[in-house]
Amino acid sequence: MKPIGREAVEDFLYREAALLDAWKLDEWLELLAEDATYRVPSNDRPDSDPRSALFTIADDIRRIRARVARLKDPHAHAESPRSRTRRMISNVRITGRDPLTVEANFVIHRFRGNDDVRQYVGRYRYVLTPEMRIRSREAILESMELGALGTVSFIL
Amino acid sequence: MSAPKLVLSDPKAHRFEVNRAALVDPEVFRREQERVFERCWLYVGHESEVRKPGDFRTRTVCGRPILLCRDASNALRVFLNTCRHRGTVVCREAEGNAERYTCFYHGWTYDRDGKLYAVPGQSAYPPSFDRAQLGLKEPPRVDSYRGFVFLNFDPDAAELKSYLGKAVEYIDLILDQSPSGRMEVIHGTQEYDIKANWKLLVENSYDDYHLLTTHSTWLDYLKSSGVEIARPEKGHVLPSHGLGKDLGDGHGTTDNINFRGRPVAKWIPIYGEAAKPELERIRSEVTARLGAERAQRVCDTNRNLLVFPNLVLLDGSSVSVRSFQPLAPDRMRVRAWALGPAEETPLARQVRLDSFLTFYGPGGFATPDDIEALESVQQGLGAYKEVQWSPLTRGMAKEGEQLNTDEAHLRAFWTQWAKLMAS
Repeated sequence: MKPIGREAVEDFLYREAALLDAWKLDEWLELLAEDATYRVPSNDRPDSDPRSALFTIADDIRRIRARVARLKDPHAHAESPRSRTRRMISNVRITGRDPLTVEANFVIHRFRGNDDVRQYVGRYRYVLTPEMRIRSREAILESMELGALGTVSFIL
Repeated sequence: MSAPKLVLSDPKAHRFEVNRAALVDPEVFRREQERVFERCWLYVGHESEVRKPGDFRTRTVCGRPILLCRDASNALRVFLNTCRHRGTVVCREAEGNAERYTCFYHGWTYDRDGKLYAVPGQSAYPPSFDRAQLGLKEPPRVDSYRGFVFLNFDPDAAELKSYLGKAVEYIDLILDQSPSGRMEVIHGTQEYDIKANWKLLVENSYDDYHLLTTHSTWLDYLKSSGVEIARPEKGHVLPSHGLGKDLGDGHGTTDNINFRGRPVAKWIPIYGEAAKPELERIRSEVTARLGAERAQRVCDTNRNLLVFPNLVLLDGSSVSVRSFQPLAPDRMRVRAWALGPAEETPLARQVRLDSFLTFYGPGGFATPDDIEALESVQQGLGAYKEVQWSPLTRGMAKEGEQLNTDEAHLRAFWTQWAKLMAS
């Protein structure tokens, strides 16, 4: 069997980005493995373990699902009305084969109400299963602190 | 023309109103810097953030660049991070360890004790130039209470311990989580801005009236994970009994019977079966050490404590230290950390950090909605000239205990704030 190439990984990441930007969160959940994790480390500890350092987000699959349920609820006030987001993903690299690990850069522009645009800039670290499901997904923000970005209320 | 009153208080008439200008007006903001922030004890950091000689952290407190560090003898020191020559910030890293602090501009170098160690081309200065007089300056007052380090820009301020007053009882309850009485700041800082006046975060941090409406999705998350949430008793809005307490001098706290998970020590299914024996072990250690009554206070109550004016210690889903700096009338910078017992096991630490994220922080299941609420208030305050007053009278007609959903503790904050502003 031909190993998964960069093009296939890019297609996958672009599809994921399109689902998230469209707030098709249930369809996004289908891209995840049964034991998936989603993490956003604290800005001053970008290479840490959530068991020993405080993160911004450290979800196991149950909390990812709870996060989606929350975001679909109109009482999730921070995202009601919802942000509009548009993600640019580039510099996609396959960094390991067994398991399949991928890194990519992202810029997410976030618009909401009459608020100024917020630009979330950083890199993704993925571990993908051979069936191209997400086993782990980490979004590492480049800014020194969240600062003017405020919250991470949508899925990075 | 005299300045308009900012707080109207008439307890007999059950009247307490806050002038919305207090949250908007740039002139109030300017006066507040002088009359509140330059006279009160302000939180700098925790001694566990710097451990060895030469360790340092830089941060801003009340607009001042501050260096929190350990000197050559490992004593904790706080310096104003500004070169005595032209004013450059001498330490430009957020954290690290330094042998010396060298200002890169002209090369003046300070040692770990803050003494001016070397000046390039010193011979060109007149004979009166005295290196011994030109060390890094310290804030007028620095003191700490059980690891929490504070400064005060008023040389005549009362001692820290007496300033903290009855808040000490509630700080001690948090520290009793640790067998040795030592809590440490865990790595990882949540640092974010809120586009709102800082006093709105004071209110929000210990106003439990908003819980049911602002945080219904958090309650749903707990329920769906298997936590039993009782129906509120008649006349109440929350699932458990809780008090709001005025601790004097502007300090205040909630003091609530716990219904959520607590790392010390109430297990909920979110923590996982594997953590159950560990939480039982923690509870029995606390009980053996403190006795049943105090152990219950430590393990089965949640307390959100305001140390006037801008330090909040949250002891609920986890322990969080939260301090916030006003940047403008409608903007603040928040810094929040997780605090845990120094001797905690890796499993207990994992539960503590995971439990933190169920509620707190910019990616948590509740804090983002608080931030949304405060920013929505600030937008609404654009009409402060037409809609001038906010009532803060919950519980005012009642004798005896004040609930966490009443506003006695919020009135205590505003009363102290107004007193300082007027003096």
